[in-house]
Formats: sequence, structure tokens, C-alpha cells
Amino acid sequence: MSTGIPTAIDAPRFRALTSVRATGLIGIVSAAVVAAATFVAVFGPLLAPYDPNLPNLSLAWIGPTGGHLLGFDVQGRDVLSRLLVGAQTSMLGPLVVVLVSMISGVLFAVVAAWRRGTADAVISSGLDILFAFPGILLAVLATAVFGAGLLAAAIALSLAYMPYVARVLRGAAFRERSQPYVAALEVQGASATSICLRHLIPNMLPLIVAQATILFGYAMVDLAAISFLGLGVQPPRADWGVMISENQTGIVQGYPLPALAAGVCIVAVVIAVNVLGERLFERAQAARG
Amino acid sequence: MRWKFFARRLAMLLASLLVASFVIFAATYLAPGNPIAALSGGRSLPPSSVRILEQRYHLNAPFLAQYWYWLDNALHGNLGISITLRENVSTLIASRIWTTAGLVLYSSVLILVLGIGIGLVAGLRPGSLDTSTVVVTAISAAIPAFVAAIVLILLFAVKLGWFPAIGNGTGFVDNVRHLTLPAFALAVSSLAIVARVTRASVREEGEREHVQTAVSRGIPSRQLIRRHVLRNASIPIMTVAGITIASLIAVAAVVETAFGLNGLGAYLVQAAQSKDLAVVQGISLLLVTAFVIVNLLVDMLYAVLDPRVSLGSRAT
Amino acid sequence: MSDPATIAALESPGAAASAPLLEISGLSVMLEVNGTKRPVLRDVSLTVRPGEAVGLVGESGSGKTMTARAIDRLLPRGAEVQGSIRFGGSEVGALSGAGLRQYRNQVAMIFQDPRAHTNPVRRIGDFMTEALRTNLAVPAAEARRRAVDMLTQVGIDDGERRLRQYPHQMSGGMLQRIMIAAALLTKPRLLLADEPTTALDVTTQAEVMAILDDLRRGFGLAMLFITHDLELAAAICDRTAVMYAGQVVEVRTSALLHSDPLHPYTAALAAARPDITQTAHRLRAIPGRPLSAFEAPPGECAFAPRCPHAKDVCRTAVPGLVNLDGGMSRCARAHELRSHLGDAPHD
Repeated sequence: MSTGIPTAIDAPRFRALTSVRATGLIGIVSAAVVAAATFVAVFGPLLAPYDPNLPNLSLAWIGPTGGHLLGFDVQGRDVLSRLLVGAQTSMLGPLVVVLVSMISGVLFAVVAAWRRGTADAVISSGLDILFAFPGILLAVLATAVFGAGLLAAAIALSLAYMPYVARVLRGAAFRERSQPYVAALEVQGASATSICLRHLIPNMLPLIVAQATILFGYAMVDLAAISFLGLGVQPPRADWGVMISENQTGIVQGYPLPALAAGVCIVAVVIAVNVLGERLFERAQAARG
Repeated sequence: MRWKFFARRLAMLLASLLVASFVIFAATYLAPGNPIAALSGGRSLPPSSVRILEQRYHLNAPFLAQYWYWLDNALHGNLGISITLRENVSTLIASRIWTTAGLVLYSSVLILVLGIGIGLVAGLRPGSLDTSTVVVTAISAAIPAFVAAIVLILLFAVKLGWFPAIGNGTGFVDNVRHLTLPAFALAVSSLAIVARVTRASVREEGEREHVQTAVSRGIPSRQLIRRHVLRNASIPIMTVAGITIASLIAVAAVVETAFGLNGLGAYLVQAAQSKDLAVVQGISLLLVTAFVIVNLLVDMLYAVLDPRVSLGSRAT
Repeated sequence: MSDPATIAALESPGAAASAPLLEISGLSVMLEVNGTKRPVLRDVSLTVRPGEAVGLVGESGSGKTMTARAIDRLLPRGAEVQGSIRFGGSEVGALSGAGLRQYRNQVAMIFQDPRAHTNPVRRIGDFMTEALRTNLAVPAAEARRRAVDMLTQVGIDDGERRLRQYPHQMSGGMLQRIMIAAALLTKPRLLLADEPTTALDVTTQAEVMAILDDLRRGFGLAMLFITHDLELAAAICDRTAVMYAGQVVEVRTSALLHSDPLHPYTAALAAARPDITQTAHRLRAIPGRPLSAFEAPPGECAFAPRCPHAKDVCRTAVPGLVNLDGGMSRCARAHELRSHLGDAPHD
């Protein structure tokens, strides 16, 4: 699910369950999950009941007991605490990726739509050419060059996603650009920058937000994968992707809980983000009319 | 007039490859320190080795000339030498390429057959089966390959013992057995996406006015579905299927690592960790080329399926 | 409610009353919209005789397109149909399988937007010959030959070349002519033309209309011509029915529709259209907006809220269709207002 070339087509049309109420419920639950994850990402270290980083091999793999709701992991650390603290990097990384790729994508899209003609042709062709790199691949290359770490991976992913974002938004930017109000503002003497910043981009905001939400899900998956490979967040630092990698041996040895718990966290947040993103996308379409 | 479209796409893709190869090559200079440090991965080398590296990579020549030499070598199959294993990168790739190719192929078949199949059934038959499909695919689409990997290992290798958890196996049949869980892990989320797009497209096409025209002429429903609904829906379905299959090339690395498979992706990751730059560059170049070629094929397929496409890039 | 046979007899007294080709009586249709059932057609009755052209006029929401769909059994899923539609004596609603397919060969529909109604990824030849090859088992080569012939009749000469092209390579006008040609290939007895020229520009409209009219007369086909344009219907149809809020409110010989309308709505429609030969100081619009069937106030005449001639009698019950001077009117005061409807409404 990497590469970052999900098209508008696979912002899946969630023709949800029968009643309107069920639809509303799913939306509310998703929003709650995302809110909870954000909260934990910010306050994780304060919420963790035990030290997430202190290894104690004599406690390794012990299942849920006493105050340890999810038991211990491969190095005898409390799983729940590690999950809570791990939310930080697991949520922060994708956030950075989304911010960088959306901002640069919007920039390119708006410039291409505003200037049209040659500038647009150059930007579009340039973006088309950049499409060659799947996200994960660029991240691996970056870590080989700059050393493993979350920052290198995040920046590489942003670069890989940016052409796709720019392409999607370019269409919307063009549509906005050709609206009559833009011509009206131009006639009144407003500068290009002010029109773009105060009118064009705000009108594209529903679509931008929807796209950013969906992109967050993809970024989360890709970054967790890179951490899983040992090229992103470095163990023993707590991170959901890292936790799956660390605790994978537990699966075959009969202690699946730590790895599964981290996996469930990732999947839950990604589903919630996807659902929200679809809703926002539908609203953006409806708003466009 | 369609040839112009193909020629333009081909030119774009060759340009992509050129830029990508340049980026891959430039990695040597982007790394902190001098090129020697990058190529050696920070290891200290005896002076004789340093001289060999200088010669081989023409490090004293101007930058662009170095790029040219590197590219020329690459096109002739010479991708340098692994600093850790002291072997030709090409040889190291050759021994691993079939695992990755087999994995991607196996996954692609699963995605196409199961993804499109499930989507068709759900799209053409409204009802409880359809609703449950929507829910299941929504969840599956969010399951990353490595999470799917551990779940599959837990269920089918540890609990049920139907498939092995790790390794390549020996002999063709055993290889296939070993590749099964990895192929499913790799395919899960893409399969769900393709199923959803198939279902949505079939539904959408079924509501279109031109289908009404055919109904008003008494065309029997089986023929209607085949010639008007499916034929039209195949355009977005194949496009998305093609794109997701292309993405498999990169994600295979994750699955290979999870299952301990001896493939290009796993090797790429190991090389990145051990900073064996020549290997990373060689495999990256190969994977990017494969990715670009698959995308070109998807574009061509799209142009074949949709007669409205003449010039310009594929309509979104 | 007058039964169709009586209606037919009334409208052409003395003429050999040929059995009607299409008889609709008491047709009511409810559609499911967002979980609730809404009426779109209320007690519609209409007849079309062989070779006759009947216009069906109404504004948006009047139910005219729904009527055509009901006739062609193209209603959306979940539609409730009451009443009867008989074609050539058989009940259309009861047909299925081979009988239904045969019916579809005899009734051809021409849709409003030709581009939306042709499959963009199939060639024109495919589109035109599909019904022939599938239902009538005509061999492909023969089907193509007939298609080329028919294209010539609609004014497209290089038919062979056109057959190999795709819809996006043609203009709207040409596509509509092709749609007409395709409709005629199965030798239907009834044409349902749903606003066939509305989506075209004015010059093309005239051309396509002329072709449609010529061919219809040439082949002796019956036609139900749906439009919002009262004058257009009057020009090419022998009789015209006017619909409002899902009901038929007037049926009249076209020639008399303007000079001697039987229902206030028809009179208002005719008056609202600007006449190019006169100077009007103010457009005589009908106050309010046209209602759909489900918006119509229950238990009274649907047009009463907007009618300049409305009195109390109009609001006590839904008026029935009454026969009047060879036509029909659903006006409670039809006899009273006879001949006064052409007068200016009290402003």
C-alpha cells in the first residue's frame, strides 16, 4: 500500500451499512479513535504507568498480570507503556510527512494553475517524472545515505508523495482558477499572491483537508513499515512499527500479544483515518457541487 | 494517432528513469563525507582498495562524466561490487531476483483473481453479502503488509501449521509453499482496494444511461453486464489494479524481511543497514526500472481499453 | 374515469375506430426516494392509435418522462406501479422473458441526451446493430448493411465509415440522428421520443426534428412525443396531452390547443410563450412554480394555487377528466370556462 500513488478512485466510496444512523456512528467512532490517538501521542509519556525503556529479561514474555494489562515484551518491558509512548513517533512521523508533502504539493499545484502555459507544462512534466520513486524505496535509499532514522525516512516519503498530491490538487486549483470570482478580483487589482492565499487556497481547503487525512493513513503505514525494517525509528525506542519487529519472535514462540497489540493500534488508527478522510472527501465533492 | 500517445508516455518514462538513476547515483555524493567514505560505508580501507575504488568509479573525473560511466556500466550489467561480500552486485542480484519476482507474481495473481472476483460478486448482487464485503474490505485495506504477515504467521503457521513461517524452501513446489503466506500478506491490502474499486465501478457503470438504452432494447441481462457494465468498468479497475501491483515491487521488501525470504527486497534492506552503497544503488536501480515499466504497461493498457484517450496523460 | 375505448371513439367520431396501439389507464407510480415513497404519476390515462403522433407536454416534474419510462418498463428499482398499460392488447406489466424482449423490439425509445445514452467505449456499428444481432438473430453483415441504409435515411451518407467510429468523435446532432436510426432498425410500431432535441442547439434541433417527423410518417409509426415545448408538440403531433403534477390535465387535437384550450394551465402555458410576431410589454408568466406529483396539495385541483380562475369548487376535490368537444380536461370548471380561457387572466 506504499508508493503514494493512491488515486482519487481509491478514496474508497464507503457505501456504508444500511441506515443513516449506522453511518453516523462509524464516523463518530472513527473521530474518537483519532482523537484518542492524538491525545496519547501528546501525553503518552505522562500516561504510561511503567518505564517503557527499562529492560528486565527475567520478565520477558509474561502475559497480562497485575497492573500490566498487556503483559511484557521480548525484553521484559511493559507493553502498554511502550504502546502509549510509541504513539508519539507513530503519529508524529506521518504528521510531518503530510505537512511537508501537502504544503509543497499545494504550492506546486497553485503555481501551475495560476501561471498555466509553460510553467504548468514544466511543473506537470517534472512531477510526472518524479513519480518513478515508490515511497519506501526512496526512504531506504535515503537511510542508506544518511543513516537510519525517522527524519531521513520522513523527508524521503514526503518527497515521494509530493508529486501525487500536486497532481490531485492541480485539477482542483485549475477549477478554482477559472471561476469568475478570480477574474473579478484580478480586475479589481488584487495581486496574484493575495488572490491565491486569501481566496484560491481557502476554497480548496475541503479537498486539501480530505486529501491530507487520507495521506496520513498511507504515511503511517509506510513509516511503520520502515521502522519495522529497522531503518526508521531505532530500537530500543518505543514505536509501533519497531514493536512489531522486536516482538516478532514471540509469534512463533507462543507469545503473540505484544506484536499483535502494536499491530492493532496501527490498523485501528489507519481505518479511523481512512473513514474520516472518505467522509471529508465526500463533503468536499458535495461542496464543489 | 494513438502511437503519439504511446511515444509520449515512453519518452516521459525514459526521462523518469534517467532522473531516478541520477538521484540514485548522486547518493554517493549526498552522503556526508567524501565519496570514498560513502562507498565504503564508513569503513576504513587499505590504500590499495581505495585506489581500486577510485579507478572503478572514475572518482577523479568530472561529476557528470562519472554519472555517465556509472550508467553505462549499469546498462551493461555491471553494477559494482558489494563492499561487504566482495562479490559482483549483479551476481548477488541474480541469485535473489527469482524469489522477489515469484513473490510479486504470486501476489499479483491473488490480487487480480480474488480482488476482482470479490468485487464483482459484491457489485452485481446487492444484499447482505455485499454489505459484509464492504466492511471486510474497508478493514483489510488498512492492514499493512507486515501486520498481515504476523497475523498470517500466527494463524496459519503456528496455530494451524499449514504453511511454513520462515525461509525459502527447496525445490519448486516447496518454494511455492513457502511463498504462499508472504504472497497473501503482500496482497491483503491491495486486494481489498481492488475489490472496493471493482465493486464501486460495477455499481456506477450499472447506473449509467447507456445501460438504460441497452435495457430499452431488450438486451438480455447477461450480455448487458458483460458488454456494457464490465467492459466499461474494466477501465478504472485495471488502472487501479495496475497501480497497486506496481506498488508491490517496493512493499515486497517488507514482506521478505518479515518472512526471512532471500529476496532482493530483504537484501536491499540489509545492504542499507550495513551501508553497502553499491548494492543499494544496484537494487534500487533495478526496482525503479521495474516499477516504471509496470506503470508504462498500465498506461498502455488504459489506452487500449478507453478509445477516448488520444494525446496527453491518462484522464484521472 | 372514461375508459380508453370511449375516449378513442369520442375523439374521432365517425372515423373507423381502429383499436388503440397503446392504452394507458389509471397509471399511478410511486418511487422510493431516501426511504420514503412518493407519487410521481397519479391516475394517468392516455391512448395512442397506430400511426398516430401524440404529444406529451409538461414542465419539469410533471411526470412526462416517468410516463415514457413506465411504458418502456424502465422505472427504477423499488417503483410501485398501479393501473394498466396495454400494448397491442397485451398487458405490458405482465410480460417477461421472450415476450418482454419482443415488446422492446416493437417499442423504441429515443432518449434526450444521446451522448450519455451511448456507450463511449463501443463503436457506433456495435451500438446500432446490437439489438438486431442479439434479439432478432440477424447475421452481423446483414445488420451492418441495414444500419448503413438507415443512416442514409437520416442524412448520414458515409455510413460505413461512421459505423467504425466512436461516439466521442461525433457531434450531438449526429449522435441523435444515429440514435433515431438505431431505434428504427428493429422496425418498431411505437416510438417514444423523450425530448429528443432539447440537448441540441437550435439549428440542429430543427434538422433532427424534421428527420424524425419525416421518417415517422414514412414508416407509418405511432409516436409519443415528449417535450416541454407546447408549440413543437402542436406542430408535429395530431393530438397533444398536457401534464401537470403527475396527471394528464388536457388532451386535445393539436390544432385546437392554442386557439381553444380546455384547461387553464394549457391556456397559461400558451400565453406565457413570447410570440415573435407581437410586441409584449410584459411576459405573462404563471405565478408560482410547477409542482411535482408529491407536492400537489391533496384533495384539490393541483393547479388551483396558481390558477387565475380558481374557485371554491376547485379546492374541494381532485377534478376528474371530463370529455369536452372532442377533447378532455381535468378542470372542475371546464364547461363554465369554455371559450373564455383565451381571455387575459384577471391581473
